[in-house]
Amino acid sequence: MVPLAFMLSLSLKTCDPATGACVMKWHWGEFPSEISLYHQEFITSLYFAAASTIVDLIVSFPIAYWIAFYGGRRKNFFLLMLLVPFFVSFVIRTIVWEFVLANNGVVLGTLKHLHLLPSGFHVLGTGYAVMAGLAYNYLPFTALPLYVALERIDRRVLEAAYDLYATRRAGFLRVILPLTVPGIFAAFLLTFIPMFGDYVNQEILGGTSNTMIGTVIQNQFLVNFDFAGGASLSAILLVIALVGIYLYARLLGSRTIEQYL
Amino acid sequence: MSAISSPEAVAPRRRRRWGRALLPVYSWLVIAYLVFPIVIMMIYAFNKTIGSMQLVSFSWNGFTDQWFKHWSDIPGLTQSFWLSIRLGITSTLISTVLGTMLAMALVRYRPPRFRGKAAFEQIIFLNIAAPEIVLGASLLGMFVSLNIGRGFLTLVLSHVMFSIAYVTVTVRARLAGFDRSLEEAAYDLGANPWTTFTRVTLPLIMPGVLAGALMAFALSIDDFVTSNFLSGASAPFPVWVYGVTRVGIPPQVFVFGTAIFAVGIGLALTSVVLARKKV
Repeated sequence: MVPLAFMLSLSLKTCDPATGACVMKWHWGEFPSEISLYHQEFITSLYFAAASTIVDLIVSFPIAYWIAFYGGRRKNFFLLMLLVPFFVSFVIRTIVWEFVLANNGVVLGTLKHLHLLPSGFHVLGTGYAVMAGLAYNYLPFTALPLYVALERIDRRVLEAAYDLYATRRAGFLRVILPLTVPGIFAAFLLTFIPMFGDYVNQEILGGTSNTMIGTVIQNQFLVNFDFAGGASLSAILLVIALVGIYLYARLLGSRTIEQYL
Repeated sequence: MSAISSPEAVAPRRRRRWGRALLPVYSWLVIAYLVFPIVIMMIYAFNKTIGSMQLVSFSWNGFTDQWFKHWSDIPGLTQSFWLSIRLGITSTLISTVLGTMLAMALVRYRPPRFRGKAAFEQIIFLNIAAPEIVLGASLLGMFVSLNIGRGFLTLVLSHVMFSIAYVTVTVRARLAGFDRSLEEAAYDLGANPWTTFTRVTLPLIMPGVLAGALMAFALSIDDFVTSNFLSGASAPFPVWVYGVTRVGIPPQVFVFGTAIFAVGIGLALTSVVLARKKV
């Protein structure tokens, strides 16, 4: 097949420039110097992404569970409702969060009016605003793999557990939860990795503080034109993503992860 | 049999009550949380502006439908929107064709005839899981080192690149349950490979191909990160919107957002209803 050769080159091009081409052209010394310059941004990204991913996992597990086990004939409708944010452009979604969280906006303005919050209270421009935006924007990425994992559970296994006098709690903790571990891991990867490189939420909601690594990479490329620095930073980001995927493949098998896409 | 296999029937009574009362309330709350910002967007699309600048403000200034009447008043915004549409259609067509072929190759050929199949699968997954900023940055690096100027061409190439993986995964899922004996029957009846593909294989995998194409289009319209790296002078819709956030957002942005949302959700709801009717 001729298109196959074409495809091979095209698909390979996707990852090579960051690691292959760029690393070969520029010396290795770029890596330690960039890390020492921007380690604080890496830590901030790690903290924001990890916190928002955990929030998403906790928030979306019950709803994924409910749709998978009790969704009945309306399953597709509920799944569509989970995907609803995707029908609005990512940038607009984030801008709307700016409106939601604004000092005198819909939520804070109302709470202040009711004197439930002090008038100086603000969220916008803090790390919490960034995390709120991240958690909202990536929630479907967490909920869908969890749903797929829960949906796949063979109900007969659960029945067997109850037949053997398992309590409700034991059935959940020792049957459902272990069977969803690959899904939880997949959800974690699919949420955490994109969040880690995200900079739109930080730029729009976070103000000038709490810079994340994505912002740095973007500035290196588009503002400072420091391609070597930007490329080595994004290579580090790619390595972090690869380590996560490799760990998944080692622990749970490489084929299973594709089921959750 | 069906009564036995439903979880409600097996579970103890306490579990049933918990599942019936608390979970649905919680789930609807999550759905409300997901829908809430979209409602806010729609409401602000009807918000009056203060002063001569005609920019959306955080405060509510009264109802107006003038932004819907004057939706095309901002030339840059309208241009960027049509650019996004053209870009979406072009990249969807290319990535759907290529992705479908790649999916067929991945399903039909095994290592002796198709070397590096495992590597291919890893690359596809990486393409989906890698942070978008890495893809955008590396593409920019590649185009710069190859001395290719940024513009519509680089945008199409990059959008094709990230859409292919999604098309491939979607089509492959459809091909997995494909009965090869149908193709053999076509060959036995004297059909050549091309006729077999267009008259037998393609119609059968069409739902998967269409789903993949829709996904590619949605990804392309929505893409900001990659486009921001590769757009150069001509900015697609999300890049343009992002560009004006510092200065102030014209209300027409929310009008376009509302329109895209309405079209998208309309298509999706239709497909859900159609799918239910078939079953």
